[in-house]
Parts: sequence; structure tokens; C-alpha cells
Amino acid sequence: MSQLNQKTSDKDFVLSVEGLTVSFDGFKAVDDLSLYVEEQEIRVIIGPNGAGKTTVLDLICGRTKATEGSIKFKKKELTRLKEHQIVHAGVGRKFQTPSIYEDLSVFENLEISYPRGRNVWGALTFKRDQQVQDKILEIAEMVFLTDKLHDQADLLSHGQKQWLEIGMLLIQDPELLMLDEPVAGMSVAERKQTAELLQSITKQRSVLVIEHDMQFVEDIADRVTVLHQGKVLSEGSMQRVKNDPKVIEVYLGH
Amino acid sequence: MSSQISAAPAQNSSPVDWWKYLLLAVILLVVLPLALDIFRLNLIGKYLTYAFVAIGLVLCWGCGGILSLGQGVFFGLGGYCMAMFLKLEASNPEATAIQSTPGIPDFMDWNQLTELPWFWQPFHSLSFTLLAVIAVPVIFAFIIGVAMFTRRVGGVYFAIITQAIAAILTILIIGQQGYTGGVNGITDLRTFVGWDIRTESAQYLLYFVNVALLFACLFAALYIKRCKLGRLLVAMREKEDRVRFSGYNVASFKIFVFCIGAAFAAIGGAMFTLQVGFMSPSFVGIVPSIEMVIFCAVGGRLSLLGAVYGTLLVNLAKTSFSESFPELWLFAMGALFIGVVLAFPDGLAGLYQTYIQPWFKHFINREKVGLTPPAPIPEKTTTPAKEPVASSLSSSLEESRNVPA
Amino acid sequence: MFADYTSSELTAIFAMQGFAGLILFSVFVLMALGLAIIFGQMGVINMAHGEFMILGAYITYLTSQLFSAYLPSLFDGYFFIAMLLAFVVTGALGALVEWAMIRHLYKRPLDTLLATWGLSLILQQLYRTVFGAREVGVSLPDWLMGSYAITDIIEVPINGIFVMVLTIFITIGVYLLMQKSRLGKQTRAVVQNRAMAGAVGINTEKVDRYTFALGCGIAGVAGSAFTMVGSTGPTAGQLYIVDTFLVVVFGGASSLLGTVASAFTISQAQSTMEFFLSGSMAKVLTLLTVVGILMLRPQGLFSLKVRR
Repeated sequence: MSQLNQKTSDKDFVLSVEGLTVSFDGFKAVDDLSLYVEEQEIRVIIGPNGAGKTTVLDLICGRTKATEGSIKFKKKELTRLKEHQIVHAGVGRKFQTPSIYEDLSVFENLEISYPRGRNVWGALTFKRDQQVQDKILEIAEMVFLTDKLHDQADLLSHGQKQWLEIGMLLIQDPELLMLDEPVAGMSVAERKQTAELLQSITKQRSVLVIEHDMQFVEDIADRVTVLHQGKVLSEGSMQRVKNDPKVIEVYLGH
Repeated sequence: MSSQISAAPAQNSSPVDWWKYLLLAVILLVVLPLALDIFRLNLIGKYLTYAFVAIGLVLCWGCGGILSLGQGVFFGLGGYCMAMFLKLEASNPEATAIQSTPGIPDFMDWNQLTELPWFWQPFHSLSFTLLAVIAVPVIFAFIIGVAMFTRRVGGVYFAIITQAIAAILTILIIGQQGYTGGVNGITDLRTFVGWDIRTESAQYLLYFVNVALLFACLFAALYIKRCKLGRLLVAMREKEDRVRFSGYNVASFKIFVFCIGAAFAAIGGAMFTLQVGFMSPSFVGIVPSIEMVIFCAVGGRLSLLGAVYGTLLVNLAKTSFSESFPELWLFAMGALFIGVVLAFPDGLAGLYQTYIQPWFKHFINREKVGLTPPAPIPEKTTTPAKEPVASSLSSSLEESRNVPA
Repeated sequence: MFADYTSSELTAIFAMQGFAGLILFSVFVLMALGLAIIFGQMGVINMAHGEFMILGAYITYLTSQLFSAYLPSLFDGYFFIAMLLAFVVTGALGALVEWAMIRHLYKRPLDTLLATWGLSLILQQLYRTVFGAREVGVSLPDWLMGSYAITDIIEVPINGIFVMVLTIFITIGVYLLMQKSRLGKQTRAVVQNRAMAGAVGINTEKVDRYTFALGCGIAGVAGSAFTMVGSTGPTAGQLYIVDTFLVVVFGGASSLLGTVASAFTISQAQSTMEFFLSGSMAKVLTLLTVVGILMLRPQGLFSLKVRR
């Protein structure tokens, strides 16, 4: 499904969000937002609390339904698809707090995310063959969890849980990876490792990240989008955004 | 409450302890038939029909976190389908010659019905009946499942609505006496394709058929629990959204396991009718449905074998209590509900794993060291929806931080 | 089927049927109010709610016996004292149950359901042991007897009117309590964000206990009112529990207005249909409709669209 790589022209974006609006009882959490992400780009969304960052990710992955606007992923309209269909189209999403299955082992966590046997019959007849095991080992190594593979997931540290969830997304091999605060609650060393991890995994895909840690943003971002009150306030390189008077006003003003 | 016992779900990948299944088979197929007279054995057979329901609940509730308080509905539908076939056979024109309309079931005649209602007609056929025993409850479960799970109704809402459905069906059966036999149910069943099910030899045979079917269901459930689908159920119980955003249509899995639970219950219901010789609304409603949940909980909600033992033990206790101190039984039952939830959430299986198994392992494995699967990890609750306080605190703080101002 | 009736007779039938529906409505509302607080605000399923109500009814019965034996001169007013007693006793039992049982289970709502079911079995058997299996009725004071004739053929019983008035007062009282009082505000704060409420100095455990006790106390008052229109038996509570849960869920769980509206809809539908169909079919159809609507609209009649 996601391997159907039709090569598109350079001007085609992986993700193009246009005029996206969602309102909760009249409150517009996201207001006429437009956003374009290129192939193999790392885009970071920043913004003050309540700017609508998480809601944007919710809208793209189908968790929240848009009131208006369109979200096109590789020319495919996502707003009408169900969550699992959006995943099948090639969008993966990590949640803000580590969302893993604590009663299962690390191995089983990764196995469940392996993109095969995704319907009832497939799950009943799923075989843990060599291909699956190799892939799980490969991913576990990428996310620094090789020696934890057979531990129950609730024994992992907070940072390791974050990595596990990133690993669960990587094993799906999505073309667009969305990460909601991937380094929250991590130690400095873990943050550095995570930054390297993200650098290495974006070679084949686009990444959309929400993050508060500015040092981390500078380390990884190609481009930065600043959201404020559901709208794009500023966009561009980290350097440009940092010096934008509007951004300074929002972060430091009042 | 902090230190609860664990049924160690991480065991999913450890090998099956086949000797435990063998032990159950020996108990049910050899020990009990030799030790008990046919009356008592028939009673055990009756209890085992509830174990079908409990096994289904292990999958739905234990693994998948879907608590249905309406399993009696499927037990009853299966049982009624079988009872309708048997009743039609018992109501042949010769046997019912004294009725004003011979050839229809007696209760219809009492209720001034003069012909067999259309939905009774196909139950003249054995093959249709055998199909209907499974198909009717499963289709019903499918409809409920599609309606509820695709709209993400779960948890307590699902429990309440299934309970309401059990209540509705009971009222309907009792109210429509002429079609259903009313509160007495369908009674006075005699033969199954000409074979008298009331004789001792028939009861022996039915008991063994029942046990064989129970093992068939046990193995089917064991396969489901141990394949990827079983792990998905556990995953859905814990983090439904994560499963959804890993590309799974969560509803379809829930519908599947709910239908499996219904099919097991239906087989149990049909076997109940055959062994006990009647079916009535008192096995359909709210009270029997929730009692079936407690059978499962006593055995240990994650343990298939526990479900069988739990069902047997609770029912044996019920019978002996009700014989000697009928008024005490409700107290005991109530205490059982509270105790199993508060003190032993993993039921008998949890007790076995914490106290008996380690000792047992130590005893047996002196000779074959190294072959032991890892011991269950202690300090681990198996019940769904618990987060460590610290992380839930931080997550809700984070949520509050991001609430639109 | 209407051919046999004149139009005024028909009006009368509908009016009386509507009135019967209003009494059912009152019972539903009173039971559902307590449940809506416990379930809607705390997310706890209390399967023993019906038994708490019946406890209130038995207390009222005992009080009426006491008054007629020792204080016959004050018999006219016994009901108000009984209601107060019912509130206090059931509320206290509620607090005890919360302390002993519920507080351990907040993170396992399905288990609460099973544990409170166990509690309901114990209470039922307790009532049977203490009061006997037979239903008991209270004797009404004179001023509640008889009926009030609106027209020549339409008569409404005074006890029914009394229960309705009582229901209105209790509903308004509960509404004010939840919206205006300190406890109400704290409860709502805890519901919305437990950690944050704790952080700003609200004793969340205490709030939980009081909320649960309040819900149970209201159930006791409901039981007290219930004795005015029906008789009390050990299992009477269980008869209403499913209906009441449907009322609460149908109304949208956390909205008191929704609870009242859904109690009205369900009771009126049921009593109107009872005229055309047998009682059991009317109930089946009502419940089926409610379940059907809930399948289409699981969030109930009244609910806010909120960000998840």
C-alpha cells in the first residue's frame, strides 16, 4: 500500500494542508491553516500552549474531524478516510505521552506494529517468521532497545518508552512520521540520542514534529512553523523565525 | 490494593502447559464419571454449559476488556433454538391428540394459538436447527457489535447496554407466552431425532459430548488468545488509540471476539437444553448474565482453564449452600463478587500462580533445570486502564497545559 | 379501537395515562438524579443504587410505624422527618461503602460494577432477613389521601401530586447544590481535572466520598418518596436499576437537565404505549427504542462536543 511510490514532480508536496479549520463549540482551535511539507523534510511546529499544535496532528491522522478544509497526502484526500486507512496510506503518529502496551513485551509491542496481518483473518493466521523477527531486531537496534527486547514494556524508563513508540512507528515504515513532543521527559543524553535517531530515520521520509525544547528544534529542524491561536504566525528557517518580531511578541510579549 | 497478583500476560510467548489441559480432561472424563452417580454427573454437565460462556468472557473481557453483561442472551438464544426443535419433536400429532389443535406445542394450545407461528416452522429441520443454534446468536451479536463498536461505545456504556438487552429479551420472552412458553420456558422435552434424552445412557453420552465440545471451544479460545489477535486484544484493552493508529480497524476485532463469545455461549445453551431438558427465561436475564461474569472472574479473568474451574466451584458452592442454608447463599455470592474484585482480581489462576506454581516448579524442576519458563513477574496488575500515578499526573498536567485558552 | 369511547372519555384516558406517566417520571428522576451524580460526575457505576433507594423506603416505613405507635398526633408530618432520616442514613452508608470499596476501584470502572452488584445482593438478602420477603406499604397521612377532581371524569390522586412537587423541589435543590455550593464546584473541578484540583488544595478523596454519599442520600430520599406511590419489597430496587441507568445514559450522563428530559421522554413513552399494548410490550418497545437511539447516538441526548 504505502510502497506504491509514484514518483512525483519536484513541486509536489508530501503533505499539503489547505484552509484547515476545526471548531469546538464555536471555539476555533485551528483556523484556516495551510501547511506544506516536502519530501524528506523535517518540519517542526512550535507555538505557545493552546496554539493548536496537537490538534493539527489530530486532524491529519483522523483523530479529530475537520470542520472545513482539505488535507492531501500524496494527492490523497485524508479528511474523509478512517484512522486506520490513513495509517495504511502511510502516515504514522506518535502521541504526546508514550503510548505503548505495558502488559506486552517490547518484542510484542513492535510485532503488533509490524504492517502485516492487519485484519481479523490476517491476525488469526499471522506467523512470526524470520522476516518479521529480523525486522524487529533491526528496529530494536535503531531505537537502542536490543537488550530489552524480551522485557515487559512497563519496566522501561520513560525515555525508553518514547523510543519504543518511535520504533513502533518506524516498523510501519510510514512516509510521513508525526511526533508529538518526542523528547519530553528525557535526560540530556537521551535527547542527543533521539536527535541523532531522528536525523538517521528521515533519510527516507518526511517528519512533522511538535516540540518545546528549542535546542532540540535547532538541532533537527529543516524548517519551523510557528502556530498561534490556530493560525500560522511565521514560517521558515529557525534563524528567520527566531528573529521574527511577531514571534518574539507572542513568546515574550504582554 | 497496591500489590495485586499477576496472571502474567507476558506469558503469551511461553509454551502451553499441556499437562494442565490433560489434567482437566482426566478430571472431567475419567474421575468425575467414575466417582459420581448419573444425577450428580448430569449436574456437573449443566455447570459445564456455563463454562462455555465463561471461556468466551475470558476472551472478550479478560483479554479485550469488553465486559458484556448480556451473555445470557446468547446462551438463551442457543438454548431456545435447540428447545424449539425438541419441542416440535415432542409435539407430534399423536402425543398432542387431546389438544384443541393437535401437533403444536402445548403452551401454544393453552394460549389459544391454532397454528404454528412462521418462525417456528424451520425448526422441524435438524440441520436448520444446528445451524441456527450458532447463527442466530452470532448474527445478533454481530448486529450489536457493529452498532456499538463502530461508534466506539465501550467500557461501562457497553456493559449497561448489553445488560439492558438482556432485560429486554427476558421481558419479551415472558410477555409473549404463546410463542415462547412464557416464564416457564419450553419444557417437557423428550427426544432428539427419536432418541430419548431422558434415559441414563443418553445423559452419559450427552455429558461426554458436552465435555468434548467444551474442549473444542477451549482449544479454539487458546489459539485465539495466543495468536497475534490475542495480543492485539490485550493491546486494545490498554491503548486503543495506539492500536488504531498502528493501522488496525479496532471495531472489527472487537466485533469478531464478541461474536466468538456469543458462539461459545450459544453452544453452551444448546447443550444445556439437551442435558437439562428445558430452557427458560431465567437463564437469559440480568441475573444469570452477571453471574456468568463472576464464574469467569473467580477462575481468573485471563485464564481459560480458570474459567472452567471457577464455573464448577461457584456452582458447586451454590448448590451445596442452597441445599443447606438457602438464605446465606446471596450473602456468600455478594461477598464473592466484592472479594474477587477487591482482593483477588486474578482469581484462582492468580492464586495458583503466586502460591502453588512456584512451589510446584521447585519440586518438579529439580531434575530438569534450565527448561523453566521465566516465573511470572510480580507487582503487576492485570486489570485495564491503570497508569502509574506519576505519569497520569504529568499527562493530565500536560493536557491542561494545552487546553485551548 | 377508539370507536367505543367518546371524545371526552378519550381525553380523560390520555390525561390519566399522562398522569401515570408523570408519577413514573418522578420516580425515574429521583432515582436517576443520584445516579447521574455518581456516574456522571465520578464515572462510577453503582449497581446497588436501587438497594440504597429501598433502604430509604424501609426507613420511611419504620418511621411511619414509630409515629403511629408513639406519636400519633404528629403523624401528619412524619414523612418529612422520615425523608431527612432516609437521606442521612443512606448517605452515611454511601460514605462507608465509598471508603471500604469504591475508592480502591476508581481506575477500574468495570470492576466497580461487579463489586456494587455484590453489594446489592447482600443488601437484598439483608432486607429479606430483617423485613421479610413480603412487600410492605406505609400508611399515608389523611391529607395525602383521596384525589383531586379536575373535571367530572379526570381525577388525579393527591399523593401523586405530592411526589411530583417533591421531585421538582429536590431537582432544583440538587441543581443549585451542584452549580452553586462549594461541594458542587469542587466536585466538578475534580471531575474535570483530578490532578489539578488536588494541586490547588482540594481534598479530592474527601470530595469523592461526599459526592458518593450525596448520590446515595438522594437515592434514599427517592426511596422515601417512592413509598408514597408504591409498596416496598427487598427486590423492588432491582426492578428499576436498568431503566434508571438507561435514563442516565440516554440523558447524556453528566447533564442534570438531560437526565430530567430523558426521564420525561422514557416515562411518557412507556405509559402512553401501555394504553395501546400490553405492559410488557410497552416496556420492551420503550427500552428497545432507547437502546436503538443510544446505538446511533452513544453520547446521549445532551452532551457537549469537546476536544478529546
